[in-house]
Amino acid sequence: MLELIVMSTLNGVLYGMLLFLMASGLTVIFSMLGVLNFAHASFYMLGAFFGFQISRWFGFWPALLIAPLLAGALGAAVERFGLRRVHKNGHVAELLFTFGLAFAIEEVVQIIWGKSPVDFRVPSVLDFPAFTIFSTNYPAYKMFMLLVSIVIFAALLITLKKTRIGLIVQAALTHPHMVGHLGHNVGRIFMLVFGVGTALAAVAGVIAGPALVTQANMAGLLGPILFVVVVVGGLGSLPGAFAASLLIGLVQTFAVSMNGSLSGAFGPLSPDYAATWLADIWNVTIAQIAPIMPYLLLVLILIFRPMGLLGTRDT
Amino acid sequence: MMLEVRDLHAYYGKSHILQGVDIKIDAGEVVSLLGRNGVGRSTTVKAIMGEVPPQGTILFKGSNIAGLPSYKIAHLGLGYVPEHRDIFPGLTVRQNLMLGVKDPRKPGKWRLEDMLQMFPNLAARADTAAGVMSGGEKQMLTICRTLMGDPELVMIDEPTEGLAPLIVHQVGDLLAEIARRGVAILLVEQKLSIAMRISHRLYVMGHGRIVFEGTPAELRDNTAIRKEWLEV
Repeated sequence: MLELIVMSTLNGVLYGMLLFLMASGLTVIFSMLGVLNFAHASFYMLGAFFGFQISRWFGFWPALLIAPLLAGALGAAVERFGLRRVHKNGHVAELLFTFGLAFAIEEVVQIIWGKSPVDFRVPSVLDFPAFTIFSTNYPAYKMFMLLVSIVIFAALLITLKKTRIGLIVQAALTHPHMVGHLGHNVGRIFMLVFGVGTALAAVAGVIAGPALVTQANMAGLLGPILFVVVVVGGLGSLPGAFAASLLIGLVQTFAVSMNGSLSGAFGPLSPDYAATWLADIWNVTIAQIAPIMPYLLLVLILIFRPMGLLGTRDT
Repeated sequence: MMLEVRDLHAYYGKSHILQGVDIKIDAGEVVSLLGRNGVGRSTTVKAIMGEVPPQGTILFKGSNIAGLPSYKIAHLGLGYVPEHRDIFPGLTVRQNLMLGVKDPRKPGKWRLEDMLQMFPNLAARADTAAGVMSGGEKQMLTICRTLMGDPELVMIDEPTEGLAPLIVHQVGDLLAEIARRGVAILLVEQKLSIAMRISHRLYVMGHGRIVFEGTPAELRDNTAIRKEWLEV
């Protein structure tokens, strides 16, 4: 039992931090530009594929640096030459634009790298067990992922709270017009935020690529969870996104490792149920419903707390 | 001439809000724009700042700024304090003031220390979140924040709206201090008291046009204009 708790907590925090790398960018972009970027997870995927390709040519470490820069530059260009023009036609046009972009990126990735998973491996320096707990080896690469996420989280926090540009970003979250009236170039800040946000998603892609599967559907698999995180945390709230990332990360990893079911808990009380048409529900395990849990949480949050855990706006 | 607005038109959708506004402000001059609600006073300053698309000529220090993005206009030396006291609620008072500075390497004539000295209220709360302050304190903060950017002309929209009489008086003192330091002011107001006290000249607006231009003494004597366009 203790083993389960420790392992699930470790994995849950790791998954949560990875989600936060992406959700932080998504939520800041939403607050500032007022647009939910459907293509955000696509930049995570681009990060993974760029990382794969660059690590083939130059090795993993250059890839960890170059892939996010490339994806971030691409993100900034999307804001500057795409979204900014579309913006004049309102939010629906922006949504459709990012929606289309997500599909376009997926198709391009398929054309270049194919549909099947690519062979993106953990670098050999990090391919060893970091420590052994309860007779299970915990891979060093996972600790490395955790470390990278924490370093980036700290850097983001310091930049936002302590630097002038961070203050301008914070101010523009709530009052972009006023920031412009004070003489700050809001358009350039938007572009910067979009670039940094997509670069962060790409960092997540590079480090998650070798641990998970690098494949053309990875954006589609992750995108919905990302929206759950952002909505549960509260659209536009960074602390909320952080809390929700960890929450979803933990909920999911704990749920998959639990085998409890209604029949397990209450079976001895009324064994007859196992024979009725209710048997399917009766015997389903928590692990089996784990994939639905984030969406269930989303639905509950939208009904009972539409502004999210820590959100302030109810858009 | 610091600011010269010629035949300014502006639309909200299809409604023609500004129908040819002409305003002139000299360097260091204090000018008020008066009128009832909905006659286009706020729209005039918004159009000058580019927040509402302007049609017409807006010369600031001789160059046409009509339609420029607002950050460029601000950099030319035109400050704007909008009517909703848009402080940044999550940032501290000090951070709010620092964001008014356009270029941290070039200090202007308004220093952070000056501001805090002039307003003991702001000084006492320098490191608390600006969102928790009273309406009057927020108003002072927005004006001070814009001054930190060292404008040569500052346009202030309804600074006394909804404030207690004592605070209104303090706002008046601040405006007088701004003028004393040689910064020109375009004050948008509904109340006559402050405008009459500090203005060199006043404009009265009605239905998207300027209907009167003159000194405070001239406006005081012109009962017809006051009755038709100002008094309720």
